[in-house]
Amino acid sequence: MSAEQTGHDFRTTAARDLQHVHRKPGAVKPDAILVADDVTRHFGGIAAVDVAHLEVQRNAITALIGPNGAGKTTLFNLMTGFDRPSSGRWTFEGAPLAGVSAARVARSGMVRTFQLTKALNRMTVIENMRLGATHQPGENLFAALVPSLWRPREKEITAQAEELLARFKLETKRDDFAGSLSGGQRKLLEMARALMSRPTMIMLDEPMAGVNPALTQSLLGHIQALRDEGTTVLFVEHDMHMVRHISDWVVVMAEGRIVAEGPPESVMKDPAVIDAYLGAHHDTDLGDDSLLEDDVPPRTREGQS
Amino acid sequence: MDWTRILTNVAGEIIAPTTAAYALAAIGLNIHFGLTGLLNMGQAGFMLLGAYGFAIATIAGWPIWAAALVAIAAAAVFALVLGIPTLKLRGDYLAIVTIAAAEIVRLIGRSTALTSLTGASSGLRGDSYKATFQALSPLPDGTTDIGPFSYSNNFSNSWWIRIVAWAVVALACLFVFLLIRSPWGRVLKGIREDEDAVRSLGKSVYAYKMQSLVLGGVIGALAGIIYVLPRAVQPDSMGRPMTFFVWTILLLGGAATVFGPVLGSIVFWAGLMLIKSVMRDGIPDTVMSTGQIEQLGWVIVGVTLMLLVIFRPQGVLGDKKELAINVR
Repeated sequence: MSAEQTGHDFRTTAARDLQHVHRKPGAVKPDAILVADDVTRHFGGIAAVDVAHLEVQRNAITALIGPNGAGKTTLFNLMTGFDRPSSGRWTFEGAPLAGVSAARVARSGMVRTFQLTKALNRMTVIENMRLGATHQPGENLFAALVPSLWRPREKEITAQAEELLARFKLETKRDDFAGSLSGGQRKLLEMARALMSRPTMIMLDEPMAGVNPALTQSLLGHIQALRDEGTTVLFVEHDMHMVRHISDWVVVMAEGRIVAEGPPESVMKDPAVIDAYLGAHHDTDLGDDSLLEDDVPPRTREGQS
Repeated sequence: MDWTRILTNVAGEIIAPTTAAYALAAIGLNIHFGLTGLLNMGQAGFMLLGAYGFAIATIAGWPIWAAALVAIAAAAVFALVLGIPTLKLRGDYLAIVTIAAAEIVRLIGRSTALTSLTGASSGLRGDSYKATFQALSPLPDGTTDIGPFSYSNNFSNSWWIRIVAWAVVALACLFVFLLIRSPWGRVLKGIREDEDAVRSLGKSVYAYKMQSLVLGGVIGALAGIIYVLPRAVQPDSMGRPMTFFVWTILLLGGAATVFGPVLGSIVFWAGLMLIKSVMRDGIPDTVMSTGQIEQLGWVIVGVTLMLLVIFRPQGVLGDKKELAINVR
């Protein structure tokens, strides 16, 4: 599969490839980019993560959902080298990643964002973006002293950064300190910064948390555009509307384990998911847009009783 | 009150080698703290190591460049030893380890077991290691008067030391100026803001922090050499207070700026001289003895600095906007 294919192709390929995948935890994917086996992480006596097998399909948007404390973020931290597992192994594009440092995971093409945004507040937006770039010789101490060695690359980086900023509607904030941005803008900045390295896979930890509804729509568009350009996306999210709307595949975690997998429409009807996740609202459609209105859940409860 | 004499004394502090040495030490600390956010509470340890390295090597008969290299190497090894166990931990640990390590250097230096090498608590006499430095001077022997200042050309507290000391400070400023605007400096600033974010972008945070610690420490060692050239190596005069003066100078001038440490050092030492001279002239002996005036001078400097940090936390040259943003 080449990157020259049009976006539409990636979308249909993802849907077609995933069509015949078994809808069960640990399902084998036709073209897995990330494969994890027996990954566990214990905090004291509690198994925060206990994943027997997980495969993430290439060039698709995979959502990782589950109730609070299900181990989603912990799994993210393990995969990206920010935490060490108690046991387990995993590969990214065939290369083993267990025990590899976070920086090297990122350099291998798997870049993440954080649930609590990590904008570098006392640096300008454009400096934040430039920091995300790779292959800048000036990041070497000695080369840094000779501007002519790194100026040309800096120009390329800046052009790329400005293009991304324009795409994320942040170009007017170019020279502002990142700390002066709103919470939602910081989320956008963090995502744009992660894209500076042109990653093969991007892992977004709750990209919608704290983003106002007006921005949500454009953020969804950005994430789909990433997939359409050939980037693999794995994201953690609580917003079911978003999950239903953009994901090609959904993985459900509960109590550290993967309890269900499937396309968004069917996975929400899986009894294991309803048990683990839906709780009180087990007969409401979690992807139902009307749930987004604050006053709906109580009324639903009245209707049930 | 003899204002001419007071102002001459104050102006003398502005160009004094000690002021240059402190400026240089603060430039090193600026790389640690201003750029990388490392809390090095043992800059005096780096300075003392540099001073010992230079003096001991010179006394052993080494040429001046080799002696300077010994000082640099000592500081680099010291930084590595401190950094390897602590740079993977949170910042506070580095602070604890560096303050303790600087004390260890001082206590080892003044221990009687090493008298033959370090001179123990009485230290090393200036005359024993100054010769190679003075021999390098192109100036003729004698004394030169420039304006109100009259110093020997080559000996002890000389014009030659002033020229070399401030030239080194200027070079260090140029060095920091180049680094602060380079992609390397950008990575360090990123680490200062949030090291996990920088890690997630594929940079080896640990390696960068180590480079910063070594570089700042080496500059500290050079400052140590300049500090002891017009005097003697006295371990007890290079203890914790020295570290805190360097910190004060950095915060006074403005962290993360190029000229902040230089300005901070000048303001600090000239201000101290001004306060002390005025009080010595203005307060009669019957009210306060000279020794008490000396101490009151430090008290006033301390209070002034507290006020400055409260009302102008970014220092004299710092960027108000940069500091106004809450660090979350």
